[in-house]
Amino acid sequence: MTAAPAIELRGISKAFGPVQANRAIDLVVPRGTIHGIIGENGAGKSTLMSILYGFYRPDAGQILIDGKPVAIADSQAAIRAGIGMVFQHFKLVPNFTVLENVVLGAEDGRFLRRSLARARGELKRLAAEYGLQVDPDALVEDLSVGHQQRVEILKALYRRADILILDEPTGVLTPAEADHLFRILRSLRDEGKTIILITHKLREIMQITENVSVMRRGEMVASVRTAGTGPAELAELMVGRKVLLRVEKPLARPGAPVLEVQGLRMVDAEGVERLRGIDLAIRAGEILGIAGVAGNGQTQLLEILGGYPPAGATLSGEIRLGGRPLPLAGSQGRARRRAGIGHVPEDRQAEGLIMDFTAWENMAFGYQDAPQFQRGPLMDNAALRADAMGKIARFDIRPPDPDLAAKSFSGGNQQKIVVAREVERDPDLLLVGQPTRGVDIGAIEFIHKRIVALRDAGRAVLLVSVELDEIMALADRILVMFDGRIMGERLPAEATAAELGSLMAGVEPARADAGGIAG
Amino acid sequence: MDFATLIQILDSAVRLMTPLLLACLAGLYSERAGVFDIGLEGKMLMAAFASASVAYATGSAWLGLLAGIAGAAALAGLHGLASISFRGNQLISGVAINFLASGLTVLLGQKIFGLGGRTPSLSGAARFGEITLPFAESLRPLPVIGPVYAELVSGHTILVYVAFAMVPLTWWMLYRTRFGLRLRAVGESPASVDTAGVSVIRLRFAAVMICGVLCGIAGAYLATGISAGFVKEMTAGRGFIALAALIFAKWRPWGALGATFLFGLMEAVANRFPNLDLGVVTVPSMLMNALPYILTVVILAGFVGRAIPPRAGGEPYVKER
Repeated sequence: MTAAPAIELRGISKAFGPVQANRAIDLVVPRGTIHGIIGENGAGKSTLMSILYGFYRPDAGQILIDGKPVAIADSQAAIRAGIGMVFQHFKLVPNFTVLENVVLGAEDGRFLRRSLARARGELKRLAAEYGLQVDPDALVEDLSVGHQQRVEILKALYRRADILILDEPTGVLTPAEADHLFRILRSLRDEGKTIILITHKLREIMQITENVSVMRRGEMVASVRTAGTGPAELAELMVGRKVLLRVEKPLARPGAPVLEVQGLRMVDAEGVERLRGIDLAIRAGEILGIAGVAGNGQTQLLEILGGYPPAGATLSGEIRLGGRPLPLAGSQGRARRRAGIGHVPEDRQAEGLIMDFTAWENMAFGYQDAPQFQRGPLMDNAALRADAMGKIARFDIRPPDPDLAAKSFSGGNQQKIVVAREVERDPDLLLVGQPTRGVDIGAIEFIHKRIVALRDAGRAVLLVSVELDEIMALADRILVMFDGRIMGERLPAEATAAELGSLMAGVEPARADAGGIAG
Repeated sequence: MDFATLIQILDSAVRLMTPLLLACLAGLYSERAGVFDIGLEGKMLMAAFASASVAYATGSAWLGLLAGIAGAAALAGLHGLASISFRGNQLISGVAINFLASGLTVLLGQKIFGLGGRTPSLSGAARFGEITLPFAESLRPLPVIGPVYAELVSGHTILVYVAFAMVPLTWWMLYRTRFGLRLRAVGESPASVDTAGVSVIRLRFAAVMICGVLCGIAGAYLATGISAGFVKEMTAGRGFIALAALIFAKWRPWGALGATFLFGLMEAVANRFPNLDLGVVTVPSMLMNALPYILTVVILAGFVGRAIPPRAGGEPYVKER
């Protein structure tokens, strides 16, 4: 007898006003498998999972758990049906202990003592069984992001979840943490749990899933066995057209140096030396990529170059733009922009945009005092809006509505707003941090093309990214940062991922043995 | 200052801190659940009026207490409806409740009793009497313990003991029960509570209604315990002082006890020594009377160290996509 699938969705539809978020979705997830769901931002993945977790009621369709139809009216019902969800943004109480977070909502009776005692024993068992070690008495806010995610998984398991849904679980994790997570997921699967993994990282799908379903514009366009497909095919299914995973770009023609950095050191407010003597130069018409694991000083380098060093930091060294030294200390953001430095910051929501302001306002920030936007002593809102309309058209920002608040756009379109603002000012030097983090493939391709176009127009680009693929595809030269230092420089054509990987880990590969290490 | 004076001042402080303590704990429930409440003042005022009116009409302080609780709870329900169900601004709702109570009590008072907003004086069973604890008289001769027990511990109205009992009870509720865990969670991270399958709305309403009940007891104590009837604006900013004490207490029950005692003590000292002679200078009575209010400003200005309010405080909960 073949067991009924853990989850079966039949014809699930959901509309928000005029937007059809899910259209007649069918999905079958066999028990004891890891099932990937991929799709661009806004394809309807999160809506579908929210329906499964009882956040929304579907307009039509049926949900079957273990072959039996169930009505999931709220999260309580989903929990009863054995479904656990790990949200992208964790739903944890920061100043509660791990134990209190696990128990919350699943207490045994009115008094806490018994609940906490049982949870403590249960956590010990789960830690041993699945490698989910967390200190039960630690405050959640003191835990690393990776450990907080474990608490979310523990919460679901404590509620006896048989089906675990993870929404973009690796977006916030370091590579090592992501590896650990995958080990946990595999052991959960081996114990018979069913796991749904929502992601837009093709590599993860290939690495860990048995089956994969692809969503596009609210529809389920394909469900296939992972072993029978490949990243290129999946990417094509996601966007509905051929995607260039490699960026096509003409040969770089580097000119005179635009930015020169010498002996840049930075000690932060806590006395930790974050940058330990950075030397680099970027020429006109080239993209300099800085690779490295997050947290090795790249963020600080970008912030210092952008003119807003971290509060309380002590800086030394020299920065020259077009041969002229730039002042180091204090807030220089405005002066740097005027000097011709554009900046796409790493965290678009915190630094690149004001989320509650409209798209047209966001497209003007930093440049709102440009002469063409002035009318006497006032801002010329009509000119600003017209300018924004042009950018929306040229960058294919959707929905094409300049009056919408920045927070109402998807991640990819938010990033396009920032990139449009910075690139269209035609800066001599563009600083770009994590340009495609949390951005769908269509937008990634678009943003990459614009960065290359800027380079071909003879501008200099400094690209910081933790995505090695992105660095390899875009950069004309690669510097690898580790622990506040430049570990080495490579040309993308000559470097192997393995060689760069060991540089990122702080190991200088012996050049003579490079082939051996790369193999 | 002799021992007897000290006891008298402390005794007076206990009486004066009682409405503050009740209001402070009321605010604690509400704010720990994420609903800011600057309407403590209005709820106390409404309760004071309702309790005095009903106590006068029926001659029973207990019926007055019930009426006071009902009056404050009605306003609490209004605050809940506006700021939880309809996701209105909690501060504006609170301000509206203060105005409503301030106007309504005087209007109704004048209409019913015709005494310019006052209620007739209460006497006898229409007021809460002082309770003499067992052995108070027989223990009195003992040194130190005797007077402390007979004067300070014994001889208060039942509502004073209720207020003090609420401190450990609140602590126990918050930290030892399921309800308390959820209440604290909903003030910090309502999304966590919601995804755990617990109703945010219901929890917050429960907290706001408890707040209403405690404000009701506080108001009834003002009108039928410490005084003999309602006088217009008789709360005199105690709701706001209680809020300051709540911040001072860092939203913790035992802290509330300490903070409100400090305020009560200041009021007691000001009453006992209208013109405090410090030898070098004499502090004028106006300044003495202003002391609790000055302390309020000092606390609100943040001179008492970092007080972190509940993280989701002031924000109506909207389920995100």
